[in-house]
Amino acid sequence: MDTQQQQSAIKGAKVLMVGAGGIGCELLKTLALSGFEDIHIIDMDTIEVSNLNRQFLFRRSHVGQSKAKVARDAVLRFRPHISIRSYHANVKNPEFDVDFFKQFDVILNGLDNLDARRHVNRLCLAADVPLVESGTTGFLGQVTVHVKGKTECYECQTKPAPKTYPVCTITSTPTKFVHCIVWAKELLFAKLFGDKNQDNDLNVRSNNSASSSKETEDVFERAEDEDIEQYGRKIYDHVFGSNIEAALSNEETWKNRRRPRPIYSKDVLPESLIQQNGGSQNCSVADDDSTVSAMPSLGLKNPQELWGLTQNSLVFIEALKLFFAKRKKEIGHLTFDKDDQLAVEFVTAAANIRAESFGIPLHSLFEAKGIAGNIVHAVATTNAIIAGLIVIEAIKVLKKDADKYRMTYCLEHPSRKMLLMPVEPFEPNPSCYVCSKTPLVLEINTQKSKLRDVVDKIVKAKLGMNLPLIMHGASLLYEVGDDLDDIMVANYNANLEKSLSELPSPVINGSSLTVEDLQQELSCKINVKHREEFDEEKEPEGMVLSGWTQAPATNGESASTSNNENVSDVTESSSGPEIASKKRSFSETQPENHKKEAENIESEDEDLMEIENPMIVSKKKKRVE
Amino acid sequence: MDGEELTEQETALYDRQIRVWGAGAQRRLSKSHVLVSGIKGTVAEFCKNIVLAGVGSVTLLDDRFVTSEAFNANFLILPDENAYVGKTVAEVCCDSLKEFNPMVHVSVEKGDLSTLGVEFFNKFDVVIIGYSSRATKKAVNETCRKLTKRVAFYTVDCRGSCGEIFVDLQNYKYAKKNPDETVECELTFSSFEEAVSVPWKPIPRRTAKLYFATRVIELFEETEGRKPGECSVSDLPSVLKLKKELCEGNSVSENHIPDSLLERLVSSNSEFPPACAIIGGILGQEVIKAISGKGEPLKNFFYFDAEDGKGVIEDISKA
Repeated sequence: MDTQQQQSAIKGAKVLMVGAGGIGCELLKTLALSGFEDIHIIDMDTIEVSNLNRQFLFRRSHVGQSKAKVARDAVLRFRPHISIRSYHANVKNPEFDVDFFKQFDVILNGLDNLDARRHVNRLCLAADVPLVESGTTGFLGQVTVHVKGKTECYECQTKPAPKTYPVCTITSTPTKFVHCIVWAKELLFAKLFGDKNQDNDLNVRSNNSASSSKETEDVFERAEDEDIEQYGRKIYDHVFGSNIEAALSNEETWKNRRRPRPIYSKDVLPESLIQQNGGSQNCSVADDDSTVSAMPSLGLKNPQELWGLTQNSLVFIEALKLFFAKRKKEIGHLTFDKDDQLAVEFVTAAANIRAESFGIPLHSLFEAKGIAGNIVHAVATTNAIIAGLIVIEAIKVLKKDADKYRMTYCLEHPSRKMLLMPVEPFEPNPSCYVCSKTPLVLEINTQKSKLRDVVDKIVKAKLGMNLPLIMHGASLLYEVGDDLDDIMVANYNANLEKSLSELPSPVINGSSLTVEDLQQELSCKINVKHREEFDEEKEPEGMVLSGWTQAPATNGESASTSNNENVSDVTESSSGPEIASKKRSFSETQPENHKKEAENIESEDEDLMEIENPMIVSKKKKRVE
Repeated sequence: MDGEELTEQETALYDRQIRVWGAGAQRRLSKSHVLVSGIKGTVAEFCKNIVLAGVGSVTLLDDRFVTSEAFNANFLILPDENAYVGKTVAEVCCDSLKEFNPMVHVSVEKGDLSTLGVEFFNKFDVVIIGYSSRATKKAVNETCRKLTKRVAFYTVDCRGSCGEIFVDLQNYKYAKKNPDETVECELTFSSFEEAVSVPWKPIPRRTAKLYFATRVIELFEETEGRKPGECSVSDLPSVLKLKKELCEGNSVSENHIPDSLLERLVSSNSEFPPACAIIGGILGQEVIKAISGKGEPLKNFFYFDAEDGKGVIEDISKA
């Protein structure tokens, strides 16, 4: 390689790094050592203790500070004469527009979520700036190069949708621990501590549900003067006892299934809980919400320890009491957060009690937290390797060495003797709706579905648009932006609640919609096809978007080299935006990734992996059953 | 296996990696002692990786005084003259590494690898020899093999954008995870001397050219009395001549080792930092595997070349 030419290409380059986490720290270090002198870095996150095992530019004293800024300062210590500019911000912010992206020679992604990756991909396409994309999970990782017109874009191949569960598996017939976690987190926790107005499938629908629904509603209401422990026991008995009994009355359900065992608090816990060690009153020193814990007062220390039914029941009651005693103000608007100790304790306990009831093996708090929080396995070595590979590709991009671009997989077990396997990149997919202008087809019931459904489930969730605008011919149906006047906003809001065929410019079979995102400079056409009926289990959204064709499977040599069963495409965190639209299914919270080799090559960094209560976010209209 | 539990602090800090290799492996890591010599770019990367992983101790051996040459690819040395003047590379790197993880004991030993005795090496579970001569690698490897306890022995080199890792785990048992069960496997490794003395003729043709090229350079440096890595493009004619002799002696064709590869190796007098990150990362991963006894270890050479981007394992053992 011509080192002289290479060095001057590196010196003169202006690069943007998106993400200063696990990959980002390694990448910034390697870029600086390699001679890059003008580096910009964006990250919205702040530093947490669990980052320190691999994000080596950060110290314990930095916890709480901006990752981008601390990373910059740390690298300037060993390379003081280069320029690094940090932005503590979300890459989706409007200031990072196409013009902003255009100033760079290459964009380097070290991101942790599908949403931001797609956003950056679109801006790179619009600004015509090459993108080097990356991801790791455990010992697996990959680096890909996306150059407009030369290689496929990040969205040329559809990303596998996250695994989802039928509602009844979660509400009535769990068979795995993850089902219990989803139930505890997205139903019970949300019901007790989240927004009361949201739909919730917590109560089983037994044969006589119509009559009992009224009274079960009241179970969750706590009277002002009701004793918290009594209230906790009432909830306990309802969800683990009578709800299970009600479900058992549905004989049909249990014909070929193991029958669950109802559990009542009086069978597990003493009549009245005597507070040990002073009880909940003084168990937490600080009033910092994230440190309130039920464990110390119960003498529980080790998060890896397996609790029995009694211990889980004690944690359940204690955690619930602490929420009311210490965090009353938050009740009504809490969502599960893996860094919220008390929430993790409550969800662990509830999931374990339910698991016990259904004969499913119990799990430790450590394991339950991983499942509930969608925590991605992460180690420093893989990130270091991937960062090295990113820099190698970035240099090729700067030298415009298009023939040498490679996507590289980092494997846990060698494949054809290789631990690092380079593969020729794919060509752009001619039917990609992002980088080519192929129209999409939307099958929908134009008389029943509202414009809001299209915006939420298709435009935002599926197409990943940030600031969308929808047009039908010359008629503007919907847009988002700061510069809209009140009348327009009122109009758009009115449109949202109308069915497609009732819109001022009716959208019917054969209509063609133009959907644009001005920030991403992405525009696509959607041809509408009216359809009367949809299968509730298979097509839970009540509409079907097609045109997401896969890239051709064969592509010369690259196909043969990538035809390896160990390797799949870049997949994404299970919190991809697709989830938000799942109407009657739950997202899987735990990709059992490092067991299934490379099936789920994920993004490094756990921190944005939260599932935002998918089924609760979506406005759900239940049909009469 | 060992009853001691991880502390609350360890569980919080190592949370994400415990989810990869388990609490048992983390405990074994925290009780292991690693000796590292020759701290240039790739080894600096390796040190960072195992300090972050949380080994019990890391002992650094590198008596070179810090010069501007030492900065290359080594982010453990801050370019502040006040901080490094009069200090050895090991001392300066030790200060930086301590900051990465206060739970790991990082220290410095002085001395020449080839003169340190058996009892010195007995203190370690893992020995890493970076950028050393062929003679030193052989000598230390033999010393480690004489110990009653098993020491995991590694050598690592990086020239320009190419690198080599050699692994000797002697007789090594490990747990291999199959879809349904975990089975115990056993491997027998060759010593460095044995592995580099294997006749070339029977080695499959598709074997990484870097294996042969590195042997040529190694021998050249030894016969010319050069320090490891101390070659330049002016040495190319002599190196090519040596290559010819070696190929003839091994009854293989001269095309076995491309001249262009040898040219790249002799003319790169500094490490390519991305290659350091990659090779140091692979080495870190292998050491973690060897300590934890989890996962199939690399046997017994690893090569990376940024030119083609391949990271290849070669098993070249005595017959």
